[in-house]
Amino acid sequence: MKERIVADLSRLPLHGMASASATWWGTLAFMLIEATGFALALAVYLYLMSIAVTWPMDAPAPDLLPGTVVTLILAASVVPNYLVSRWAEREDLRKVQIGMIVMSIVGIVPLIIRAFEFSALKVSWDTNAYGSIVWILLGLHTTHIITDVADTLVLAALMFTRHGDNRRRFGDLQDNAMYWNFVVVTWLPIYGCIYWIPRL
Amino acid sequence: MKLRITGRRLRALVPALTLAGCTGWQSAIDVHGASAISLKQLIVLIMATCSVVWALVILALIFALWRRRPVRESPLALDPGAQRRMTAAVAGAVVATVIVIAALTVFSFLTTRQLSVAGGDDLTIKVRGLQWWWGVEYFDSNPELRFETANEIHIPVGRKVRLQLEGIDVIHSFWVPSLAGKQDLIPGRPNELTIRAERPGTYRGQCAEFCGLQHAHMAFFVIAEEQTAFDAWMRLQRDSAVASSDAEVTAGQQVFLSKPCAACHAIRGTTAIGRTGPDLTHVGGRKYIAAGLFENTRGSLAAWIADPQTLKPGNNMPMVPLAAEELRSVSAYLASLK
Amino acid sequence: MRGGDTTPEELDTDMERPALEAALAEIWKTPEGMWGALATVDHKIIGRRYIITAFVFLAFGGVLAILMRAQLAQPESRVLGPDRYNQIFTMHGSSMMFLFAVPVMEAMAVYLVPLMVGTRNIAFPRLNAFSYWIFLAGGVLLWTSFVLDMGPDVGWFAYVPLSGPQYGVGKRADVWAQMITFTELSALAVSVEIVVTILKQRAPGMSLDRIPLFVWSMLVTSFVVIVAMPAVMLASTSLILDRLVGTHLFNPAEGGDVLLWQHLFWFFGHPEVYIIFLPAVGMVSSITAAFARRPVFGYLAMVLALIATGILAFGLWVHHMFVTGLPRLGESFFTASSMAIAIPAGIQIFCWLATLWDGKPIFRTPLLFVIGFIVTFVIGGLTGVMVASVPFDTQVHDTYFVVAHFHYVLIGGAVFPLLGAIYYWFPKITGRMMSERLGRWAFWLIFVGFNMTFFPMHILGLQGMPRRIYTYQPDMPWHGLNLFVSMSSLILAAGFLLFFVDAIRSARRGLLSGDNPWDAPSLEWATSSPPPSFNFAYIPVVNGANPLWEQRDVVAVAGGLRTHRRELVITTVAAAEPDAREASPRNSIWPFWAALATTVMLISSIFTPWAVVWGSIPIVIALIGWFWPKGTPEDES
Repeated sequence: MKERIVADLSRLPLHGMASASATWWGTLAFMLIEATGFALALAVYLYLMSIAVTWPMDAPAPDLLPGTVVTLILAASVVPNYLVSRWAEREDLRKVQIGMIVMSIVGIVPLIIRAFEFSALKVSWDTNAYGSIVWILLGLHTTHIITDVADTLVLAALMFTRHGDNRRRFGDLQDNAMYWNFVVVTWLPIYGCIYWIPRL
Repeated sequence: MKLRITGRRLRALVPALTLAGCTGWQSAIDVHGASAISLKQLIVLIMATCSVVWALVILALIFALWRRRPVRESPLALDPGAQRRMTAAVAGAVVATVIVIAALTVFSFLTTRQLSVAGGDDLTIKVRGLQWWWGVEYFDSNPELRFETANEIHIPVGRKVRLQLEGIDVIHSFWVPSLAGKQDLIPGRPNELTIRAERPGTYRGQCAEFCGLQHAHMAFFVIAEEQTAFDAWMRLQRDSAVASSDAEVTAGQQVFLSKPCAACHAIRGTTAIGRTGPDLTHVGGRKYIAAGLFENTRGSLAAWIADPQTLKPGNNMPMVPLAAEELRSVSAYLASLK
Repeated sequence: MRGGDTTPEELDTDMERPALEAALAEIWKTPEGMWGALATVDHKIIGRRYIITAFVFLAFGGVLAILMRAQLAQPESRVLGPDRYNQIFTMHGSSMMFLFAVPVMEAMAVYLVPLMVGTRNIAFPRLNAFSYWIFLAGGVLLWTSFVLDMGPDVGWFAYVPLSGPQYGVGKRADVWAQMITFTELSALAVSVEIVVTILKQRAPGMSLDRIPLFVWSMLVTSFVVIVAMPAVMLASTSLILDRLVGTHLFNPAEGGDVLLWQHLFWFFGHPEVYIIFLPAVGMVSSITAAFARRPVFGYLAMVLALIATGILAFGLWVHHMFVTGLPRLGESFFTASSMAIAIPAGIQIFCWLATLWDGKPIFRTPLLFVIGFIVTFVIGGLTGVMVASVPFDTQVHDTYFVVAHFHYVLIGGAVFPLLGAIYYWFPKITGRMMSERLGRWAFWLIFVGFNMTFFPMHILGLQGMPRRIYTYQPDMPWHGLNLFVSMSSLILAAGFLLFFVDAIRSARRGLLSGDNPWDAPSLEWATSSPPPSFNFAYIPVVNGANPLWEQRDVVAVAGGLRTHRRELVITTVAAAEPDAREASPRNSIWPFWAALATTVMLISSIFTPWAVVWGSIPIVIALIGWFWPKGTPEDES
């Protein structure tokens, strides 16, 4: 079979950014998977609540302080996150290096406070089904923060190496920033569910 | 296991196959209950409709494969006229499908509506599902008139009976196809099932939700009787066990009460009040034992007591070592509890 | 060194064809030997091993079925005791559903989709390698447990409380639940790769309305996987938590709910069967087009039917729970939706019939399996309409009627197309044809054996025979039919045996096939059989839905990709216009290490929750190794 060249690809950029990059779509797909998981966990919470006689079961509503602090920190973190993403788009290595250190700290601090959140739930995972589901919800989200912080730390380290000043890395940073937004956004309904539904 | 395929065996299969499904005491086709009769009508209707649909599809397939057709020079040389005709045909088939589906859905709803539900003033029987037997409690507003039995349910012919289903350990399912469809017994979620026998008879049921090792041997019997016979049975069941004058039977009672038996089984009128196992107050009058495993005779009672683990491996009744004397007398005792 | 094409590297247009192929082969090759086998990221090598492994699990599951039939041939038989039988039927269902049916469809997609859309490798090739090892680990976990007499014995859907901490003794149910984690992780990974490959790596010109129907079916299937699998992950993880650390999600005594398990499981479980069925539908379309000698009739209707099925699949799950005592009104909604899904299925059947009617059928083995599919799947679909009715279902739920139904839709609806697909694509994968003679024998043995085995089960169900019973009593009227079914299963087994024999023999000694033995229209047939490691010397360009029928003499291609690094082209989602070049990762051993670390963590966590903490450390190390740039040209840009 003979071939006839009808298109020239050599002028195309060597690596696409955002929706022209495979990893961006991959990140989006994983966000869809995890969002579905969260939605189902929330549905389980509401289901158990609907068949319960009293809610919360044999426990007071969770303490508001640590959870609200975490929420505020996460909400605030959107700002440096957005800046890092903008700097990455402009491929500004210096600024991005600083930004990634900030994002690393901004990711670790909520994790520390999150440790206090578990005891602020005022119920154990093995007390009853209410305890089980709030621990599962909090645990799921904590796992997501941990994995994203690990990703951020590795990327931050990478930006200080010879591999740092590279279009692909800047693309990775943007994907990482997009994922952090997802971690923050998914926290909001979970926060509302764990802390405010019992108070309704 | 040796299989001897002889001509005789194979010939015997033919009538077995043709008569298959036509008779039986645990059959969705050989029906004797109001509910099951309605269900059978629906089953027959839907199966007939679906058979016709399948036949039409096969005819279309045969026609499509074997029609004579003009040669086409290229796979892409499609005739627009033929495409249009096929579009119309496919569209027509889709419309027909929608109509058939809608009709079947409506018939299904109508059948559901037709199934009557028992109310509070109907005979109420509480059925408990346990691994691997059925606890049966006849309810009455007067607590004195309540009684328990196991694995066998008597009902009066022609009257609605309300079964309250309760799962105790794992999920079981109460299914007596000759009378009604099934309903699950789910721990933490009480369910109800209404049955009504149109004719007297013995109807076999079986657990229909996998519940562990002996799910295969968890049968029960619903015995529908005319009102007078039913009332007599009720009166008998309400009475406690009567003390006997027979020496062997009395010895057997002693064995029963002194051995671990009484820890799990109850016999009203004695000190045995265990609830882990089936109530045995009138076990002698039941048709089957071990949840439908054996016909109830003195011999099968003895065999069962002697070694329940070999006969129904893994079930919750332990083997209690008994001397031959003891075995003989205790089986006589239980057989006497009519 | 920043992005931008400042380095003068050789492009494919700069070279003569033989030199081009040599250069591409060098850069895309998988080295011989152990390291190559463990580190390859070539979707074709991984896809092939995935397919073979899945068929091995099919064979194992089939042997279990023969054992079950041996036990059920006689009443109160002693071939198998209750414990062994319960493990066997659980293993049969779990192996078939989780280790064969879903993985084999994913595997066919892994092999075929990149070729069909005209790209050089699947998206996220290292993830693809990882997903195979994870799948294999899950299968090994399950089967090793069975061999050690600690195989799960709670049925393939493991209802609580039977599988819960109180009644599910030992680690059996935990093994089952963790096997789920392995296989779902693997399926999710592959689905993400497939979606991105289809949306972003199609050949220039292959707009959405020019994608082969098989590729559409894999796109829809992948989305169904993505939205359905989290439910079973949540369910199985919750089950392990209930059993291992004392949570109470399914414990009614502490506010949990037994039915919650069923809702979570079946929210996944119903879409699961469409995850198995939709790829088969795509295979039927591919085969029908090639052997009816015309494109499938009603492309748009077929695509819409696929999408409708995928969406509707999520609205049916309660039909598995019709006898649990849920409110009548709610159950009736699910009757309507379960009946409604017959409509897109019907549309597809009618379109295939129209294709055959207007085409010129060539009766080779692949088409025989398609015909077998139509005959048997329609029966299964119609019994599906029957069980969709709540009242009908109250009689046949959990009986052999349902066993018949789902084997008709799974074997008729998925395995028949799969077998036809193997006969069809075997030449592309191996370069050799399977035997037409043995193929016909295998088809007829399987078709006749299947119907003789499973049709009588409809009758047995109506005659009152429940499912999952290790034996039955002599005074029940089931002996004759059960004996007949058991004998017939040997015919079915013989058919499968013949198929395996044919496949193994033909791989070595079959007739050489050439590039396109069937004169089929899609892009996988535009390259050699088997394809070179780089798939295509030049990226194809298409301007229709049937490229090889439209361009019979000269094939349009795109040039300008570099030859000394792994490179392919990213195109836009809708119109497939070239958007960017993309580097494709080289072979890497890190996915293997990551899979090993994940396997150790997951298996250990069956025994202690701390394994999650400690076991994560090697995983993190492996992932860093995986993603840390190695200085290859592909890492930079």
